[in-house]
Amino acid sequence: MKGAAVQTLLSRSGSLRALSRDTHLTRLLVMLAVLVGFFAIVKTEGFFNLLTWQSMAIQFPEFGLMALGVMLTMITAGIDLSVVGVANMAAIGAAVVMLGMAPRGADPATATGAIAVAICLALATGAAAGALNGFLVAKVRIPPILATLGTFELFTGIAILITGGKPKSGLPALYGEVFAGKLFGLIPVPLIVFAVATVLIWLLMTRTAFGTKIYMLGTNATAARFSGLNTTSLLVRTYTLSGLYASLAGLVMLANYNSAKADYGSTYTLLAVLIVVLGGVNPNGGNGRLLGVVLAILILQILSSGLNMFPNISNFYRPLIWGGVLLAVITANHLSGRRSSHRTSKGQGQTK
Amino acid sequence: MSECVLAVRGVSKSFAGVQALSDINLEIRPGEIHCLAGENGSGKSTLIKVISGVHDPDEGTIEIGGVVHKRLTPVEAIAAGVQVIYQDFSVFPNLTVMENLALNTELASKRKLVNWRRFRRIAEEAVAKIDFSVDLDQLVGKLSVADKQLVAISRALMSDAKLIIMDEPTTALTKKEVDALFRIILDLKARGIAILFVSHKLEEVFEISERFTIIRNGRAVATCLPEELNRRTFTQYMTGRDFEDAHFQVGELPPEPALEARALTVTGAFSDVSFSLRPGEILGITGLLGSGRTELAMTLFGAYRPDAGELLVKGSPVRFSGIRAAIAGGIGYVPEDRLTEGLFLERSIGDNIVIAQIDQLVTRGLLDRERKTASAAEWVRDLKIATPDPENAANTLSGGNQQRIVLAKWLATRPDVLILNGPTVGVDIGSKHDIHEILRELAGSGMAVIIISDDIPEVIQNCNRVLLMKAGRITDEIDPGTVTERQLAALMTGESDQEGKH
Repeated sequence: MKGAAVQTLLSRSGSLRALSRDTHLTRLLVMLAVLVGFFAIVKTEGFFNLLTWQSMAIQFPEFGLMALGVMLTMITAGIDLSVVGVANMAAIGAAVVMLGMAPRGADPATATGAIAVAICLALATGAAAGALNGFLVAKVRIPPILATLGTFELFTGIAILITGGKPKSGLPALYGEVFAGKLFGLIPVPLIVFAVATVLIWLLMTRTAFGTKIYMLGTNATAARFSGLNTTSLLVRTYTLSGLYASLAGLVMLANYNSAKADYGSTYTLLAVLIVVLGGVNPNGGNGRLLGVVLAILILQILSSGLNMFPNISNFYRPLIWGGVLLAVITANHLSGRRSSHRTSKGQGQTK
Repeated sequence: MSECVLAVRGVSKSFAGVQALSDINLEIRPGEIHCLAGENGSGKSTLIKVISGVHDPDEGTIEIGGVVHKRLTPVEAIAAGVQVIYQDFSVFPNLTVMENLALNTELASKRKLVNWRRFRRIAEEAVAKIDFSVDLDQLVGKLSVADKQLVAISRALMSDAKLIIMDEPTTALTKKEVDALFRIILDLKARGIAILFVSHKLEEVFEISERFTIIRNGRAVATCLPEELNRRTFTQYMTGRDFEDAHFQVGELPPEPALEARALTVTGAFSDVSFSLRPGEILGITGLLGSGRTELAMTLFGAYRPDAGELLVKGSPVRFSGIRAAIAGGIGYVPEDRLTEGLFLERSIGDNIVIAQIDQLVTRGLLDRERKTASAAEWVRDLKIATPDPENAANTLSGGNQQRIVLAKWLATRPDVLILNGPTVGVDIGSKHDIHEILRELAGSGMAVIIISDDIPEVIQNCNRVLLMKAGRITDEIDPGTVTERQLAALMTGESDQEGKH
């Protein structure tokens, strides 16, 4: 009886059912648990410190938001390598507006207005940059990896020109106080921004026609066109969203560092791609789940913070570790994918 | 019975509990042309693999040239004179004809060095056996399908073959190439070599086969002579079901056409195509590959723009700016290649069905998941798609069921005109009949249907009018009630009378 009840519960709750079916999600959960367990045992004191968790929650939204955008593009069988460029360009734009409208010593009302205008401008910049990516991919038909690599250089170049390569600092204090602050002195605001952004993406992916369409487009672009999907518009909207999320990441970085610079977050490009692939999104498109990507974000943040607690592991090792993990995950996915496809083809052979 | 080349006795084979073959008996005499027929999944491929030593039988024996084998290795099978020519011919496309032919012999004799003169001699002898004139230095990948097949046959004959098994040999060939192949086969027969054809189409091998063995669900259901067989009994043996072979009867037609083409032209593809189609009709468009039939379909569906001429939907002229406009104009298109153009294989059956009408399932910006599920379930039920759960991926289904998904996708958009390009290619016979039945019902309910197909029985039986396309023009309009399949086939391939008029 109880078994049957669990069964109906499982089948009624879509995500639970998916979880029980999706071996990749299970694998990620195990990975997360192992990491948490390892650091909890080895570095008990540092790891169970509220400050550790708060600093993690301040940091991961930066690349987490970028990864969400990359995820969307990868579901359409594309990729967005320009996210860091978009983030820095948007953040620098916002900084320029704030510094221009509310120089040091401006009254709070002016500062508030300047911050509002700056945020709007940054998000608009991000969306426009993303739309440019989408245009290049969908209309000019440049392979996404080249198009976005090109625009990454382009956006970074614009950022360097604006700043002359120096950091923009001296923002109104209010900006940092709000966006790098903590709600009730406990929950970091970037975490809240990330949570809201994630819920919105989740709604978009599961509750709108757009969500279904980008999965279909990523699975088979020809069939999508033959089914009457407006593939151009879908791609432009996807890359626009990715740009928008990247600019949001830029705003979080601007608050966290209290400044903007053309080369902040330079390791985030690879990190975002790594997260999305680790989260189980198929680089060939059409496959992947938001939950997996969120888990991958947490895993990498915990890995990163955990490594920080070992003073003898230098930061210089980090790119080596990220690159190694990326290749290991892709190889593992590829091998297990091959095994499962082998299994299905064998199964089909047997029904013959 | 020792005069048999091959005698399979009581062979059974199961894979992981699935009985693929049970108690199969099959005898082939020297110089006999035997056809092994069965639907996809009936076990015919397994049987070939047992005969050629790839699989060991669980029970039963295989007797080749009087020697009884309980089990057989591929090498033993080849040594005993059994050669299999698979559908892909197993040739090396990146090597020349000569290399393809000589390689096996050279490898078998364990030579370390290459002697090109000996290579050429071996290859020349091999092609001479079937009077096959080919440039021996040509890369096999650049040959036509028919020539690749001849390379494979030449190679098979190099060892002392007594039985050649050919898997669906005529599927990718033109009529002329099939005739050439049959001449070669008759020549082999005269030399006492037996041929076992494997096929699921009666038309392809009927004229040349001397005996038929038909298997269904791993059992041999009939062994018979050609005169005991017609399409209906053949289908009955293959599927275990009885199908009416009735022609489509068109109902009463409204005067207003649903779709009209006036002198429609796409430069380089087809020109001056005119026809009109009324609701309730099933119009056949037939012609060989390259006759312009697919381009015409794509133009009607808005994928190509006409360079000249006019297209009218329900009496008013339209110029579709693209596929989306055509869909909005009430046109549905079941494409030629369902795997690349029709299906999202890894996505769920439900998503596949609703995708073309997904915008109608949105309420206040959000996808109405209940309506989506209901719509998918409705079509799965109506078109009898064999799945326990519409949430399963489309690639879990067979070809026939996948084609029903594509059909369902278009029916869900409630089109006025449904165009089907090769609606039953690669579909098993049972599903084929079901799909035809569905199309007739749709026409009966007032939909205008176009079937584009080179499957002559299909258009003859299911259409009330058939247009014949040749070299981009409509050359004939045929009444399936008075024209036989043979006549239509002659019209389709007979280039001579067309050229004679010039």
